Amino acid sequence: MAEKKLMYGNHAIVEGVIAAGCRFFAGYPITPQNEIPESMSVRMIEEGGVFVQTESEIAAINMLFGAAAAGKRAMTSSSSPGISLMQEGISYIAGADIPVLVVNIVRGGPGLGNIAPAQSDYYQATRGGGHGDYFTITLAPNSAQDLYEFPKLAFELAEKYRNPALILADGLLGQMMEAVEFSFEPIDPKSLPEKEWALCGCKGRERRVVRSYDLKQGRLEELNLRRAEKYAKIRSDEQRFKDEYCDDADLVVVAYGTSSRIASAAVRMAREKNLKVGLLRPITLWPFPTDVLADMSKRIENFLVVEMSCGQMIDDVKLATECRSNIQFHGRPGGGVPIPPEILKKIEAVLGGAR
Amino acid sequence: MTKEIIISGFGGQGIVSSGIILAHAGLIEDKHVTFFPSYGAEMRGGTANCSVVISSEPVASPIVASPDVVIIMNEPSLARFELAVKPGGLLLYNQALIKSKPKRKDITVIPIKANVLAEELGQGRIANMVMLGVFAKKTGLLSLSTLKNAQRKRYKKANDEQLVLNDKALEKGYSLFGNSK
Repeated sequence: MAEKKLMYGNHAIVEGVIAAGCRFFAGYPITPQNEIPESMSVRMIEEGGVFVQTESEIAAINMLFGAAAAGKRAMTSSSSPGISLMQEGISYIAGADIPVLVVNIVRGGPGLGNIAPAQSDYYQATRGGGHGDYFTITLAPNSAQDLYEFPKLAFELAEKYRNPALILADGLLGQMMEAVEFSFEPIDPKSLPEKEWALCGCKGRERRVVRSYDLKQGRLEELNLRRAEKYAKIRSDEQRFKDEYCDDADLVVVAYGTSSRIASAAVRMAREKNLKVGLLRPITLWPFPTDVLADMSKRIENFLVVEMSCGQMIDDVKLATECRSNIQFHGRPGGGVPIPPEILKKIEAVLGGAR
Repeated sequence: MTKEIIISGFGGQGIVSSGIILAHAGLIEDKHVTFFPSYGAEMRGGTANCSVVISSEPVASPIVASPDVVIIMNEPSLARFELAVKPGGLLLYNQALIKSKPKRKDITVIPIKANVLAEELGQGRIANMVMLGVFAKKTGLLSLSTLKNAQRKRYKKANDEQLVLNDKALEKGYSLFGNSK
């Protein structure tokens, strides 16, 4: 086993991105993700890559579009208000079928909000975010180890489906330190195959075009229908989740990211009290792990959705379970972070009410 | 075994560094660790605190609501965290800077004149290392040599003189209660 290194979550992302063979970063500072560009500004140069501190988030996402259209792995990071600014660019990138990685270290909102950890960008992340018919593949890490490993996964999925991918973390995951094991062999960017659509100089071959518009009558409808087929395939093939203690559960807590860590502690406390409680942690938020929830809803009576928001993922839980079960909610919005005893209390209230 | 720890004081007292040293120390001893600081609006003289979890199992929640141990470095932190300590828990406080006395009877309370002891060693700012020495002795969670090793992982750019002085402060804290090694 490789040696473990104590790292900030934000630094784990940087090392994960570089190990994934990405050598292009453009971004604009914002708390609580500033350690990412700070560290990138050193590491990208060390690795012979490109680091640009842009004049705005809008510039950053459009530079990403350019770098990725040239066939290179490219990423940016920001936090909620900055990600809002990038939505036009993300929509264009989705419309041009280009793979990129966008990392959102979510903070409290709406508006300028605050700098505390939050999960209130779930809707934005899982419903496309910008204008038009599209989705972004969205991964939800819950540890520094995930933050190291998910950039590689995100690039692989993004390239497999030619679609932007998002990593949706939060201020706590970015600012927390944990042990990280460098669990995979770093990828040499030169070893990555050339993409058959990339704009990298057309000498000796047919000209290629990357664009997000086509004004020919009926052409966009055709393109969007083709993209819908792609989304259907991602939905059927790429659902990821982890479950704990769900087999005999009377109640399953559904939580992702930081909330899933805290909920996991609450579930262990509940088990110590002989309450049959489990945890389902979605790892992909889009595609949402619908199948496992649909299956669980046939035998599990109660679900408790825990989010650091007023309730957004709960909609997907209701859709997945077709409201067959009793679905309750516990949320802490605006930068509030739940503690295990308060989740336990809610679990007891739901189970008490159900009896 | 899971120990949840909160360290609190003002910016400049080495609060965040102390937390990171504990996390490094836990990792050196093959334990699972998390470290989470209050972040964002921190500055010298402002309040600072951090949560550290050291466990033989993977750590579920990095958020510490009721700590097993608190290390309190200034007056406002005592008011803020005394009530949070788990019954039967441990409260170490910097008596050099804190005039109030903790009121809890259901926890172990240990006053340490950390700044005075650090000044005697020649440097007031290593008061945090004195406290970590006491922590190691009183909890038995980490060895003194591990802490010495861990502070070197935190202060990578420090000169040898400083590192040796830090060691002395750790030893000082460790030897305050009973035998020194």
